Amino acid sequence: MAEMTYREALNAAMCQEMDRDESVFLMGEEVAEYDGAYKVSRGMLARYGPGRVVDSPISELGFAGLCVGAAMTGLRPICEFMTFNFSILALDQVINGAAKMLYMSNGQIPVPIVFRGPTGAALQLSAQHSQACETWYVHAPGIKLVTPATPADAKGLLAAAIRDDDPVAVMEGELLYNVRGEVPDGEYVIPLGVAELKRAGDDVSIVTHGKMVHVALQAARALEREGIEADVLDLRSLRPLDADAILETVRRTNRVVYLEEGWPFAGIGAQIVALIQDEAFDHLDAPVLRVTQADVPMPYAKNLEQLAKPGVRDVVEACKRVLYMNGHG
Amino acid sequence: MAYATRTTEEQLNDTAPEYEGFTREELHGLLAEMLLYRRFEEKAEEAYAIGKIGGFCHLHIGQEGLAVGAIRPLAPDDVVITAYREHTQAIAKGITPRAAMAELYGRVDGCSGGRGGSMHLFDTSVGFLGGHGIVGGQIPLGAGVGWAIRYRGGDQICVCFMGDAAVNQGAFLEALNMSAIWQLPVIYVVENNGYGMGTAFSRVSATEMEARSGAYGIPAHTVNGQDVIATHRFFADLAAKVRAGAGPQFVNAITYRFRGHSMSDPVSGTYRSREEVDSHVRDQDPIVILRDGLMERKMLTQAELEAIDAEARAICEDAADFADASPFPDPSTLYDHVYAEVNERGRLFLDGRGQGASGADAVAHGGRRGGPNG
Repeated sequence: MAEMTYREALNAAMCQEMDRDESVFLMGEEVAEYDGAYKVSRGMLARYGPGRVVDSPISELGFAGLCVGAAMTGLRPICEFMTFNFSILALDQVINGAAKMLYMSNGQIPVPIVFRGPTGAALQLSAQHSQACETWYVHAPGIKLVTPATPADAKGLLAAAIRDDDPVAVMEGELLYNVRGEVPDGEYVIPLGVAELKRAGDDVSIVTHGKMVHVALQAARALEREGIEADVLDLRSLRPLDADAILETVRRTNRVVYLEEGWPFAGIGAQIVALIQDEAFDHLDAPVLRVTQADVPMPYAKNLEQLAKPGVRDVVEACKRVLYMNGHG
Repeated sequence: MAYATRTTEEQLNDTAPEYEGFTREELHGLLAEMLLYRRFEEKAEEAYAIGKIGGFCHLHIGQEGLAVGAIRPLAPDDVVITAYREHTQAIAKGITPRAAMAELYGRVDGCSGGRGGSMHLFDTSVGFLGGHGIVGGQIPLGAGVGWAIRYRGGDQICVCFMGDAAVNQGAFLEALNMSAIWQLPVIYVVENNGYGMGTAFSRVSATEMEARSGAYGIPAHTVNGQDVIATHRFFADLAAKVRAGAGPQFVNAITYRFRGHSMSDPVSGTYRSREEVDSHVRDQDPIVILRDGLMERKMLTQAELEAIDAEARAICEDAADFADASPFPDPSTLYDHVYAEVNERGRLFLDGRGQGASGADAVAHGGRRGGPNG
């Protein structure tokens, strides 16, 4: 174990995989000479050269498509989006290209590509730079999606994503890059589709993913002070989805809050609620509540931004509601 | 023969093709290929009319010279990637008429197992990477194929076809720019039939087609796609140059579509006149041009022509019979090939039907009633 930042862990995963597989290369805006817009690829140009660490023009549709084309012939590109906000420009190549190629070709053309970069809001970046993009990706059959919340998960999940034979989106967080944590030394791979209980408690389940894991843990600590013990289940992987782990926590606490950074309409939480009501309806003692971003584009003003983002207080409030502790029961 | 015999006077007005470098056998081969593609598309048209083929179906009739002339000079391990008017290009690269027709019929013996249809023909074993349905979407993919060739240090090239309308997509501009920066071994070929569906190119472009690649420093070429000999020569030469490191190229191949945009589109109508179509069919049919040229030079007899055509018809008849006899895909395969790798844990499908295919626990459904809190 070594302590490192989330950023360093991502770097370690890419280097780990580029060392063991010549077909892996990194392409994106500012990834080479600039060392990455968020310095995730620091030192990689010097280590692997311009043939494998490649600065692209600002052409999201173009370089995403180029990477998909390269993957169609068996290379394993890591396509970095400076943020997933910009990948909306590339969605045709992601959805119509990467996600559907294997199926349309009857299994002839796998697309072993990784799309990675930060998703969600940072601080006062306003509407176009502050949105959680998970739903856009996870909606399409053919894509996998992981959302590491800790440095260890960042290393293990990114490594697994690079090795996977399907397109995998790895959604990170600008506000996570400096988070420090213990990361296993040496080769480290976390299988896709395995959630992790980040905290155990029997009273209520907070199910979440990505950066919101940290908000959930803070909320759990606040609840603990009031004598409420919360499970915090970090899905880590949204597709494949560890449904068993979700159902298990539901069966234990019978009360669930889904926390996500994205919008509520057709959001990740909507899918999780559907799963729970379909497969664990009789285990529920209260409706499943969702805590999401306000259903508005992200405002710039500090106070409005804070109002729009899901926060610790919102989660605590929602947990109390499913426990019927706020005058609801 | 369905082709109108033209007067000697008209024939004399043709630009005489120069056949140097082609044997009589090779010339017959070019004619045979074009005839095969014509008959294939006519067969598809017929099958569509009786409901054997569904969905969108875009015929290449009138543009066969380009499929032959641009693809035949390629090496087997070169790659072709294209848009959705691709039946004949797929056959030119090596997909059998049977496998192509079976795909149009949506049958299991189709080159995409019936999952792709008319717009998504694939066969990696012959270097044909589709068959793409979003205008311009295949252009960055073609650049990526070129990137991968260069990455591996191979000497293959990629030929990326598109219609004239595709050059107005951002994907085209972005892909050409990257191809130029990295000197990718890709020939971008515009099959310029003058119309993006029903919109004349001149109405949606302030410049000539040839000007479109100059901004990226990519050489532009124009070739008459109705002249299969010129087209073949041109591409043989250009492919060799690109293989030798000349970098990306842009080809404006002039052609004409004798049918509507797709099966639901009339041959002529609001956007082009019957007279315009008729004059092209009369004067710019790549098959007629080669046939007449060969006959004038006594390099093709009527009997030989009839034999070639009979063979083409027989192959297409056989392809249609084969397609019709091929089974529909097994319903149990619905979820096959959504993912290449089934992860041991987690569900890839959440519709309650695909879990089995995902390898995930096939479910809690059975035990959900009567739980401890029920």
